[in-house]
Amino acid sequence: MQSVDRPSGHAPTIGVRKDAAFVDRSIFVAEEKKKPGTDPAPSRTSYKLQRLLLTPFFHLILRAGLPVFAVVAAMAWYVSDDARVATLDVKLSEMRALIENRPEFQVNLMRIEDVSASLADDIREITAIDFPVSSFDLDLRALRGQIEQLDAVAGVDLVVRAGGILDVAVVERQPAIVWRGPRLLELLDAQGHRVAAIETRSQRSDLPLIVGESADQNVQEALAIYAAASPFLARLRGLSRVGERRWDMILQDDRRIMLPEADPIAALERVIALDAGNDLLARDFMVIDLRNRARPVVRLRDEVVDAMHGLADLNSKDDPL
Amino acid sequence: MNDLYRGQRAMRAQRLAAMQRGVVAILDIGTSKLVCLVLRFDSIAPVNASEGVGSMTGQSRFRVTGVATTRSRGVRFGEIEAMEETERAIRTVLQAAQKMANVRVDHAIVCFSGARPRSYGLTGSIALQGAGVAEQDIASVLSACAVPDYGAGRQPMHALPVSFALDHRLGLTDPRGQAGNRMSVDMHLLTVDSTAVENLLRCIKRCDLELAGIANAAYVSGMAALVEDETELGAACIEMGGGSTGVSIFLKKNLIFADTVRMGGDHVTSDISQGLQVPLKTAERIKNFYGGVVATGMDDREMVDLGGETGDWEIDRRRVSRAELIGVMRPRVEEILEDVRARLDAAGFEYLPGQRIVLTGGGSQIPGLAPMASRILGQQVRLGRPMRIQGLPQAATGPAFSSAVGLCLYAAHPQDECWDFEIPAERQTGRSIRRAVRWFRENW
Repeated sequence: MQSVDRPSGHAPTIGVRKDAAFVDRSIFVAEEKKKPGTDPAPSRTSYKLQRLLLTPFFHLILRAGLPVFAVVAAMAWYVSDDARVATLDVKLSEMRALIENRPEFQVNLMRIEDVSASLADDIREITAIDFPVSSFDLDLRALRGQIEQLDAVAGVDLVVRAGGILDVAVVERQPAIVWRGPRLLELLDAQGHRVAAIETRSQRSDLPLIVGESADQNVQEALAIYAAASPFLARLRGLSRVGERRWDMILQDDRRIMLPEADPIAALERVIALDAGNDLLARDFMVIDLRNRARPVVRLRDEVVDAMHGLADLNSKDDPL
Repeated sequence: MNDLYRGQRAMRAQRLAAMQRGVVAILDIGTSKLVCLVLRFDSIAPVNASEGVGSMTGQSRFRVTGVATTRSRGVRFGEIEAMEETERAIRTVLQAAQKMANVRVDHAIVCFSGARPRSYGLTGSIALQGAGVAEQDIASVLSACAVPDYGAGRQPMHALPVSFALDHRLGLTDPRGQAGNRMSVDMHLLTVDSTAVENLLRCIKRCDLELAGIANAAYVSGMAALVEDETELGAACIEMGGGSTGVSIFLKKNLIFADTVRMGGDHVTSDISQGLQVPLKTAERIKNFYGGVVATGMDDREMVDLGGETGDWEIDRRRVSRAELIGVMRPRVEEILEDVRARLDAAGFEYLPGQRIVLTGGGSQIPGLAPMASRILGQQVRLGRPMRIQGLPQAATGPAFSSAVGLCLYAAHPQDECWDFEIPAERQTGRSIRRAVRWFRENW
């Protein structure tokens, strides 16, 4: 039984009726245990405050709105001064630099694989990375673009490996043909893309030669012709692009086979067939003109013509008839 | 009639608002203690009438979520006497209940026992025009009741239509839709002192609450303590409170009479205090522990320490036998019950078909009260406890809480009162547009 004491000055000095039936009163008797002599009633202010706090909307504002407002206000106050923002920026960038410059993120060397030494030197020169460098500062995409600008490079993969190694896996462009361009000798790959320049033809005498303007645009055709001309490859000096539209095959002793604009391979195969049958190429011709499919022409040298004429005369003189 | 029920109509509007919010405070302002229950109404499901559910259906819809009680202050005879003190007590109890329920309460339904309730039986009759009895006809017949001159400074608290009669058929509870030529109604009007109600209203307002209804304590404790058969056949509920003893008589599930005897348990306490020369606090304690109204031989030998703090050994070590204590208490309790008897006689209780008397309230816990009451009031006396409602703690289920529990039932399931019907059109002054709208609604 909890007895609720009241100051003796108050008129009813009894507590809540202590009937026998209600023993367990303490759970819901409104008065909190206060010092005896004080009024158990809440003050008007505390009563109103409690009611206000029990209002759902107010409760929500207090629980969610106020913290959000405080945070936003603090941020706004901080941002309102430029100097503070600047120091914050500096601090942030310092922290960033601190992390970026950790040894775990350092790249110390560039490893270029499966590439000729000159190309490797070219790549080192063009990328011009000042090692050691943080991997955050390496713009691999731009680097890749730079390297791919080299003519000798067909493709490149850049990987930063553990241990601070920048791995450059280059697919080198394979020179397939030598083109005597308007200024200098150039090596082209099978697609006609420039690979490198050479000083003399003898440097790459193993590769076929093409000359003439815009010959580099038709490297594939030239290579096909070379492939078709394999029976007399030894005699073939090169291909010359004529009028930017068709090919002349130049053989030893400045002899030519003039190929048509359309379907030069078929014409060439015809020559090879003739050669196989009649030993055409062994003859002393100047030009085999296949430009007109219907009318192939063989032009002989003047001396040969003269000799032929002389021979004919001789024959006629010898003829008893 | 218009102005008469304006306050009551306003309270009904507040009650609707409270139901909509789903939270309402029940405030029982007694002389000795103040009880506040916070009710939460959820899922106002429509009652399926075909399932045979009776008038008790309303209870399942609410739940008590907050309970608090405190000793009453500034209340005498169930009326507010010192408003400031009462306001503090209401604040105390409401704050605790709100804290327990963890919800803010804006509406309060209040009951109190005092304010000198007086019952009037009213009759009124009208001739019916339509085919059946419409809602409007009920409003008309209710307003046709001849209102007695209940005096200035008094106002109606309850105006309950008790029974209707259509032509020669009597005792109808719901005549709506039935055919007839003439309808008459018996109405029970309960008036109380206006000042008490106004004080209460002001007190509630000062606690930032809206008054959503007032009820007589004896009426609502009858709702809680009487079982359905008793209210149907006729029974009286004697609510023995601290400062006053309420009497309410029910018949056909309606309140037909209510009155108050302005004596209660506090008077017994003060008798003990005076008779045994002890402080009121001690008197209250020994009344609760050793009190009774029927002395036996054993009680002569059982001695009660009166105690004291005067420092005078002779006074502080006094002892009385329990029989002496009973001897002090008994005349006062007898007096109260005889007064109750007088009120019941005045109301014509002996003509009711059932004459069950139910004693409830804190004072009904005096040992031996029931046999004594049956000697004074009649054979069919029983002690009543309030019915159980959901969420009420065990400690608040005693008979002292029957009016609080009854007020919960009253809040959940109020009886249709006179002001719940619309004011009949012919009695409404002004507002011609509203009358036109009403005419349209009735005829189209």
